[in-house]
Amino acid sequence: MQQGIFTVAENRPLNDKVSRLVLRGDASAVKRPGQFVQLRLPDLYLRRPFSVCDRDADSFTILFEMVGKGTEKLRAMKTGDELDVLTGLGNGFDLNAGGDMPLLIGGGTGLSPLYWLAKELMKRQKQPIALLGFNTVSDVFYEDAFRTLGVETVVSTVDGSYGMKGFVTEAMNREHSGFYACGPEAMMKAVCACTDKPGQLSLDKRMGCGFGACMGCTVKTNNGLKRICKDGPVLSSGEVIWEI
Amino acid sequence: MGDLSVNLCGIKLDNPVIPASGTFGYGYEYAQLYDINCLGTFSFKGTTLEMRAGNPLPRIAETNAGMLNAVGLQNPGVDAVIREELPKLAKVFHKPVIANVSGFSVAEYAEVCRRLDAVPEVGWLEVNISCPNVHGGGMSFGTDPKAAAEVTRAVKEAAAKPVIVKLSPNVTDIAEIAGACEDAGADALSLINTVMALRIDLKTKRPVLANTTGGLSGPAVFPLALRMVWQVYEAVSIPIIGLGGIQSAEDVIEMMLAGATAVQLGAANLVNPFACRDIIDALPETMERYGIKKLSELTGGAH
Repeated sequence: MQQGIFTVAENRPLNDKVSRLVLRGDASAVKRPGQFVQLRLPDLYLRRPFSVCDRDADSFTILFEMVGKGTEKLRAMKTGDELDVLTGLGNGFDLNAGGDMPLLIGGGTGLSPLYWLAKELMKRQKQPIALLGFNTVSDVFYEDAFRTLGVETVVSTVDGSYGMKGFVTEAMNREHSGFYACGPEAMMKAVCACTDKPGQLSLDKRMGCGFGACMGCTVKTNNGLKRICKDGPVLSSGEVIWEI
Repeated sequence: MGDLSVNLCGIKLDNPVIPASGTFGYGYEYAQLYDINCLGTFSFKGTTLEMRAGNPLPRIAETNAGMLNAVGLQNPGVDAVIREELPKLAKVFHKPVIANVSGFSVAEYAEVCRRLDAVPEVGWLEVNISCPNVHGGGMSFGTDPKAAAEVTRAVKEAAAKPVIVKLSPNVTDIAEIAGACEDAGADALSLINTVMALRIDLKTKRPVLANTTGGLSGPAVFPLALRMVWQVYEAVSIPIIGLGGIQSAEDVIEMMLAGATAVQLGAANLVNPFACRDIIDALPETMERYGIKKLSELTGGAH
């Protein structure tokens, strides 16, 4: 974990709700796909956690959807604005847990950490297949980004207005060695029910500190109590106890 | 440079800045960020006799100038704390530490204190009779002067080390409870614990916290804490640790002027993990600005 001041290098809307934010600064503490950052936003007391979508030596990228006060403020940030950020939080994905041909299953902005994961898996000569789920055609984003990495990419929309019709789970009926998933909990639970292969899930819970001190995000798992911020946010599919 | 040291129940602290229980774990998360030996001391995570999983999620809510928590005393139980956590703590922190203790009966408070009293790293026992987030224990001892005195007496019999009783603000007359604890033998008092509070989610139209209510902390409660420290200072002669919403060196000085011998910071650590270190660094210059040579001489200075 590291604290630093980052400068907004880019804040670009991808559609009506989702934006892509690139923050420039010392990103050296961001080590693994699946890790997250905590942003301090003007006039909000608690920091806000976001999965890292991509990184290089002097910047990292997040994708966010406007869902409340924090993300509304974030959408309004301008190039050159500064943000206080805690970086390098959480455990991140295990790049070997999904085998050589893993499914990367993302629901909405849940696809964010899977993008960097896909990049790292491609570097390791694995063959990830991205299954990206959205509600409708106007929600779709980042399809081309995954394709540009050389990743086979399947898009589903619930209303059938783009790509395959139905939930992302309906695209899972294909050969795979394992999976990585991030998205709404109902989606991740359904994903786990659709396969008997090993998988890793990135969970999202209301947090206090984000670095393991306050016990604000502890969940019961089949491997005992785990703090989502410190022992997660990535848990293996077998250890999650679904509350929904 | 001014003198930052204070004396808490016969043990000298290099400075009065103490991270509050439940916001600093057992120290080692923060020790990865900075050398926590710059702290006066710290109060480790509240400990009960048996392991506690804590409350269901969500446990955290936000408000304009602070946060609500309803963690519910999650901890591995006193024996696991002594066996697993304190050896790790001892590697990163080399000063006497405050052991924070909670319980659901007088006997439990006494037993947990007895076991922690025997640990060499422990300098003080802080007895939490004010947790608003558990049922049938915690705060119920802190809202009745007789019960507060009974816990204090039992703990004093069980332990040789100085006993700090942590008081609840969720009472009509905090000075009365403080007086009862002093009469029962408390060596010091810490106040305030969090203020019982509520937030409702407009989307679900239900309380945000699974526990319905939670404890409010952060800058929102600072003036309230200051007023209570003032009142308790007038009522007792034992030292007071002031806490509630402190987030700057100026706040530390203000709290000491109200009557505090030392201070604790809670929520501030969660937002800025360097908060305590930054305040310790800022104290000498702030003291100079206000013509203060010796911090310990401030205690109660505004009365």
